[in-house]
Amino acid sequence: MTANNHSDHQYVMETHDLDIYYGSFKAVTDVNMKVERNKVTAIIGPSGCGKSTLLRAFNRMNELYAGTSIKGQVMFYGEDIYARDVDPVEVRYRIGMVFQKPNPFPKSIYENIAWTARIHGYKGKMDELVEGALKQAALWDEVKDKLHQSGLSLSGGQQQRLCIARAISIKPEVILMDEPASALDPIATLKIEELMQELKKQYTIVIVTHNMQQAARASDYTAMMMLSGEGERSGTVIEFDVTNRIFTNPKDKRTEDYVTGRFG
Amino acid sequence: MVRKTFESEIQQVKDDVLILGSMVEKALLDSVEALKKRDIKAAEKLFLEDREINKKRFEIENHLMVLIATQQPMAHDLRLLASCMEIISELERMGDYAKGISNINIRMGDIPLLKPLIDVPRMAQKGVDMLHRSLTAFVNEDVETAQSLPVEDDEVDALYNQIYRELMTFVIADPKTIERANWLLWVAHNLERFADRVTNICERTVFIVTGEMTEIKSTDDEFWEQRKHEE
Repeated sequence: MTANNHSDHQYVMETHDLDIYYGSFKAVTDVNMKVERNKVTAIIGPSGCGKSTLLRAFNRMNELYAGTSIKGQVMFYGEDIYARDVDPVEVRYRIGMVFQKPNPFPKSIYENIAWTARIHGYKGKMDELVEGALKQAALWDEVKDKLHQSGLSLSGGQQQRLCIARAISIKPEVILMDEPASALDPIATLKIEELMQELKKQYTIVIVTHNMQQAARASDYTAMMMLSGEGERSGTVIEFDVTNRIFTNPKDKRTEDYVTGRFG
Repeated sequence: MVRKTFESEIQQVKDDVLILGSMVEKALLDSVEALKKRDIKAAEKLFLEDREINKKRFEIENHLMVLIATQQPMAHDLRLLASCMEIISELERMGDYAKGISNINIRMGDIPLLKPLIDVPRMAQKGVDMLHRSLTAFVNEDVETAQSLPVEDDEVDALYNQIYRELMTFVIADPKTIERANWLLWVAHNLERFADRVTNICERTVFIVTGEMTEIKSTDDEFWEQRKHEE
């Protein structure tokens, strides 16, 4: 993949007629969406509509599950990340991911970041990198005196921010977040949301969330997904718009029903 | 329906807005009736009853706040609740116009009316009729009616002008009538403002249904545009 100078691109990622399969089952159908640079894009929709599947297609994470395949394209700065000569490891390095359950390595807070950076070939000053990443993840003040304690000794909210610090320590361009706050209490949740507002100045964020208020509070754009079609139903984006519009005056009746809590 | 509780709360709010509306309608008609009869006792009672209107408005406002805080309304629900906030504030001020008329009645003391009231009750009746239909349109989410009602304000304006001209002829014929003419002009002014506010309620109904926040054009707006065009 080409170097990191993409300041002229408005859209970091785009999908073209994207279908995603688990074996012969088509889980996601015909998604065409654009992810704008330095914005937060939320993907919402009922359980089982393919939100996480779509998110994982954005950095080829689906390939870690047997039998998955795609049709169509996922473009990253105009380059197809599924092209034959593209290394999926490099894709995941440029397009990072934070998961639902915080998953720090069973290592010290310091090493969670330093080790990650090291295996990605970082050769600079490690203390500075660790401090920078923890500061960006709004965790530094809480852990600066115990950097050599285990990452697992932190609270859930702190662990999640440690995972965000780890993700940004290798300077990705996009951060994918799959329900990053669903295992956290309301205060820790708000901290993550505030953090997203800070992070988007430097990164581009795509977040999957079940929490509509979270999408409303934290995102700039919202993609509404739902199962549709006859027979074997498959997930697709039924409406994509600026978040304010999705929550005040959506165009699609199904979006209206979902955001007003009448879906079901 | 998945949100049964919320649905019934929303219905409650709509019902309360209608109750507030009918309190205001009654207040206006009664205040004009009391003036017509120069019944100061009734006027005093009406003056105090305006507090009930204010109380009802606060009660609805509080209910709306609680719903917004606890139910996180979105989309149509949000537009509806936000618009109710606006509509009840319009209604409360319309109640103040009724109170204003009672106030004039009280202040006039034993000074007799300059002339028997004919167009003033007509204005009141027209205003109340418009208010009533605007609230029906609100409850039924009837955009067509909401958009077509405001133009009827012209009839109220025409009555206002007619009252003004008539009172001026009294004043010109006998300048000593100026104070009594002025009282009635103020009454008519209150009624004219009352009808104006119906347009705001109609605009909210359009917003609830379409999500478009637009002004419904009045004849005055058209006059201004015409004038600007000619310049």
